[in-house]
Amino acid sequence: MTQQIDEQLRSELQRQGVWVTSMQELYNWGRKNSIWPLQFGLACCAIEMIATAASRYDIARFGGEVFRPSPRQADLMIVAGTVTKKMAPQIVRLYNQMPDPKYVIAMGACAISGGPFKQGYNVLKGIDRYIPVDVYIPGCPPRPEALLHAFMELQRKIDDQKLTGANKAEHLNAAQPSEFPVPTFGAHDLEPSANLAVFRPAKIERT
Amino acid sequence: MEPIEQIRVRAETAVPGAKIDIVPNPGPANQLSLLIDSAHATDVARFLRDDTALRLDFCSNVTGVDWLDRTVKRTSKVKRVVDGEEKEVDESAEEKIPGYLEAVYHLYSMAHKHGPVVIRMRTTDRGDDARLPSLTPVWRSAEFQEREIFDLYGVHFDSHPDLRRILMWDEFVDHPMRKDYVPPDDFEWEPTPHDEVLARAKQHYTPRPQLDGAEKITTQPQS
Repeated sequence: MTQQIDEQLRSELQRQGVWVTSMQELYNWGRKNSIWPLQFGLACCAIEMIATAASRYDIARFGGEVFRPSPRQADLMIVAGTVTKKMAPQIVRLYNQMPDPKYVIAMGACAISGGPFKQGYNVLKGIDRYIPVDVYIPGCPPRPEALLHAFMELQRKIDDQKLTGANKAEHLNAAQPSEFPVPTFGAHDLEPSANLAVFRPAKIERT
Repeated sequence: MEPIEQIRVRAETAVPGAKIDIVPNPGPANQLSLLIDSAHATDVARFLRDDTALRLDFCSNVTGVDWLDRTVKRTSKVKRVVDGEEKEVDESAEEKIPGYLEAVYHLYSMAHKHGPVVIRMRTTDRGDDARLPSLTPVWRSAEFQEREIFDLYGVHFDSHPDLRRILMWDEFVDHPMRKDYVPPDDFEWEPTPHDEVLARAKQHYTPRPQLDGAEKITTQPQS
């Protein structure tokens, strides 16, 4: 474990040509620098995501350029755009088909909360109602820099994940569900309208 | 293009029994439209499409309108004897107009490069079984838009080739663009609600406070 080796000793060894590391560090280093996002876009945010993947912003510099057309080969789901209620079950289904460990970035106001369409009848008020979200990016749409920032935040998050011990990463916990219930089309709304096991909105104090 | 009154007269003579009214438009555009009775709508539409002078071969837009029950006040000048003297008096009468659903078609001619001619059809009521004849057999481009009206307004188009919901899912039962539609209460209301929003927020937080814990909502102090 990294905590068990003295940082000073480590850098001293490194100067002498001996590189000391841990399985966890090596493993996370590999994972965080090769994140394969799932290739799908839902609205205008997708255009920014495409720009991020293209030459000018170039997400390849961070190891995230391999957009996969299949959820079974993807690690990261970038929910880029407005999720309509008609689309929401498919998003959850795609998420369920991704292998663990998997991460979700909610990109833009719509994916976070419904955005400008929040009071509409047909838009899901945030994808975090059905699947756990790791990084939220505000913006309408967020600039490619914001997506890159979120990507780096996610890399930091992956780097901090523990492989062993009491607070090991969630995906290593056998009890942690990797599939989430897919909502069904109801007569008036999606049923259920939120998965309460996942969805924990902030408490708003009102006076 | 010929004046709309002339179109109306010619269409009525071409289709025996058809009853066409001109719907006035009080707005600055003053764009008049033809109100066509449902029984002869397909024949009138065929006439508008095939007539050599009109050739309205392109239906660019079909939309629905929901008209609720309303009362219209009409004032008219009536001559009346007041105190032994004849005077013109304003008399207002209230007229109750029952609600109906409307489909509006915008027609253009690609051949003659003119248009639009706006035609309307009205249902008899706003019930669940509101019906209109489909004009998709006349203009193919009306197909998806009539499906949209069926989806969002609940107008059933007779002889439509494929009448299904197009935007909402098949299991959905409401018609969201109707004016009396109540959307599902599925989100947290804003932290500082007021007026109508406050009323709905209160409604929202009483039955299900577990969703965001904002059950302590009260009215804003009046200043």
